Formats: sequence, structure tokens, C-alpha cells
Amino acid sequence: MSLVPDDLRYTKEHEWLKPAGDGTALVGITDYAQESLGDIVFVELCRVGQRFASGSTFGVVESVKAASDLFMPAAVEVIAINPKLETEPELVNRDPYGAGWMLKVRLDDPAAANAMLDAAAYRKLV
Amino acid sequence: MSETLLRTPLFDWHTRQGARMVPFAGWEMPVQYTGILEEHRVTRGAAGLFDVSHMGEARVTGPAAVAFVDRVATNQMSDLPVGRARYTLLCAPDGGVVDDIIVYRMGSQDFFICLNAGNAPGDVVWLKEHAAGFDCVVRDVSTEYAQLALQGPLAVAIAQRVATGADPAALARFSFAEMTLAGVRVLASRTGYTGEDGFEFYVAPGDAVALADALLEAGKYLGLRPCGLGARDSLRLEAGLPLYGHEISREISPLQAGLGWAVKLDKAGGFIGRDALAAEAAAGPARRVVFFTLDDRRIARAGMVVSAEGRAVGTVLSGTLSPLLNRPIGSALIERGALESKAVLNVDLRGTVVTLQVARPPLHKST
Repeated sequence: MSLVPDDLRYTKEHEWLKPAGDGTALVGITDYAQESLGDIVFVELCRVGQRFASGSTFGVVESVKAASDLFMPAAVEVIAINPKLETEPELVNRDPYGAGWMLKVRLDDPAAANAMLDAAAYRKLV
Repeated sequence: MSETLLRTPLFDWHTRQGARMVPFAGWEMPVQYTGILEEHRVTRGAAGLFDVSHMGEARVTGPAAVAFVDRVATNQMSDLPVGRARYTLLCAPDGGVVDDIIVYRMGSQDFFICLNAGNAPGDVVWLKEHAAGFDCVVRDVSTEYAQLALQGPLAVAIAQRVATGADPAALARFSFAEMTLAGVRVLASRTGYTGEDGFEFYVAPGDAVALADALLEAGKYLGLRPCGLGARDSLRLEAGLPLYGHEISREISPLQAGLGWAVKLDKAGGFIGRDALAAEAAAGPARRVVFFTLDDRRIARAGMVVSAEGRAVGTVLSGTLSPLLNRPIGSALIERGALESKAVLNVDLRGTVVTLQVARPPLHKST
């Protein structure tokens, strides 16, 4: 069984978003996603300062088996990317909700997370 | 898809070992247990145990069995000694590959053939069709065998721990013999598909779990682990071994694939595809399979276009990450002209142009 923490919000495409409460949030992929992908060997992310509409592609995660697009959970501006993933993409496998985070973003709408799946709804999906 | 997937006798065993099962060639097979990269390293460093029971098997017996097998195989079979195995292609009249197989000589008039899972049903039809007029019988014996591959530098030591009577170490490469491992009768073959030393064991389906348990128990302190098809694929690609549907196919001939050593154009009586392959050999193949590494983290995957000086000159056939090199590796089919002119070969990986570093396999030993 894959982990679905209660305090996060989710997309159908298996990204998570963790609001910090100050209008910013962290973004990553779920335990289910990393497990399905298998060994992750490369994470290609957008740049700091880029703006995204909800549902647009912000990068690619490449496992031994396949390359998969990453989808932005909400309308945001990217304010940081996880610098460790460039040399340690396996952090996404090892700790998808912690050290394997991908982006720090500023939400266009601080309440955007409310429109996303909560843990109970995401659990039903996986 | 409503297709019912076949299961090997080890299906429940895989589930107990924590495997992730995926559809492959009509079978529900373990792609990995803990992770492809780790299982790959385990096989290169110690030993891996693979369920390859999805592979098909055929038996050819009768006075004309030799003549028949030599008619369908590109490699020479008449001089194959009893107790030895040989790699060969089955080719179509146009030189395209029907399958690549291992032929085991069980007796002077008795051959056992290991077939690729996805091709096995078609192969049997092909063999039976072409056996007309030969005094021999072709039987599909796929359901009579499970197959386990024990591969890696410690494979021999592990097999010796469970063998009673015959010593598995005494088997030469590409030899086989019946022996008893942990009370189970097996046909043990010193062959494999990883580039490592090791064995492939053919066993009765009812004995497969007992054999797998005994091997795993005997090998666990030496580092033996169950390994899935994911590692099997990355191991074979690193070793430069062809996979049907990738480096060889109906469209890619053995000569293009660099398998000319298994095509005996001059053998007595010829073989199916001989004339087409002789013509191709005389003219020189118009394209060739090359293996490569990449100076990047992005993987070039099957189907991607290879270009030289802005012109498409080929296609990627296989691609993965080499866990030993820690960089992407792959194979590609490239036009002769581009190879002869030593043109710089590039792939466009999501907007990043990366140059193929053509290398001779085994890729993990090339630097």
C-alpha cells in the first residue's frame, strides 16, 4: 500500500501539493507515482520564476522504464526547485513527500488547494 | 483489453517475494521485486534468479530431424554434438528474422528448442509448415517446462550447493545435462541472457517452486536475489545481446544486426533465407545495428530518430540506463553511409541534442 499523508492535496495525475499557509506550497509526486515509475534516474524541471497554468507541464521524470510528464496542480509561479534532484534523482523514490520534493511555488490563488483532491479522495483513486 | 494473461507456475511465489507483475508477451510476469537497478547490480556482482518460464519450447524428433533443423536454422546444426546447445536465427525467405532461438541436441535424431515467448506460437506453426516432407515430428512442449535462469559470477557456487551427483561446474559453456538439484530433476544448460556466467534450468512445472525455493535458500548468503524482467532487459542490453522485436525482427536481418557469425551461408543444402542473406552479404548491409552510450542522464528510447548533419539516418531500437556505467545505453539501426563517413550521430531528447557514443559491447566493460 502506498502512503497518502492526510495533510496534502493531490491531483489525478499523482502530484501532491503541500500549502505552507503563507500562499506558498511545495509540489512533488506521490508515493504511488514513484512506485509505479520504478527507479527514477533523471528529473528535468522548469526554472525558477516561470509561471504556470493549472494542469500545464512543469517537467519530466524519467525512470528506467519510461519518461513521464509532470503536471502543475494549480496556477503558480515557481520560486524554488529542489537542487538535490539533479544529482540524486533517487530521492524521489526514497522520500517522495520529504527530501524528494520538486518545486516551491507561490499560488496565484492561496485557496487553490481546496479545489484539489484531499487524501481520502486520492486514496480511492489509487 | 480483455485478453487473459498466462501465469507461470511461480506466479504465487513472485507475489510472496513482493514482485510487481506486468503483462509481457501475453504473460503476467515480474518486472521487478525491489528495483531494476539493484537487481541488475546483484546479478553482475553476485547472482540473480529469474523466472523465464514464459519462454516456449519445441521438440523435433525423427530420422530427418537434423536435415530439417538445418533447413530452418541459419547456423550449422549437423555438426552440433549431443549435449551441446547453439544459438541460431530462424529466417524468412527474404532474410528477415522469424525468431532467434537456442537449439539443444538431445540425441542424434532429437532436438530441443527454446523459443521467445511472444513468438513461440507462431514459431511452432512455422516449424510444422516447413517440416512437411521431412521425416520428423515437431511438437510444442511449452507447457511441459518451467524455466529458471540462475545468472551471475556466483551462479556456479550456488548451483553446486544444491547439486547431488553431477557437478554443475563441469558443464562447459553452451553444454547441458540432466542433473538433480535439491531433489528436483532438471535439464541444466550453461547458457544465459545477461552476459554473466550461469545456468538455465528446465524443470517440470510442478517442481518449479521447489527449485526456486532451494536455489534462493542456498544462495541468499552469497547475495542471490530474485530478479525481474526489467533487470533481464538492462543486463542483456548492456551485454549487447539482441532482443527480438528490437535489434532483430522481420525487418532487421541477422547481417544488419551483426549476427553474421550465426549465419552459415555456405552450409550444405542451404537454409530458408539463404539466398536473400547471401545477396545482402555480397552487397553489404544497407544499415547496421550499433550499440552506444550517452554523456547525459536522459535515456534515448526505442523509436526515437537518430540524425547526422540534420538528416535522419536511423532509429533507436532499445534504450535504458546502465546501472554499472551510471549513464544511458542503447542500440540503434543506422544507415551504412552515416557509419562509413563516421558522421556524428545525434538524438534529440526533449529539445536537448545528445551525441551517440558508439561502443562495442559489453558496454559495461567499454570505457
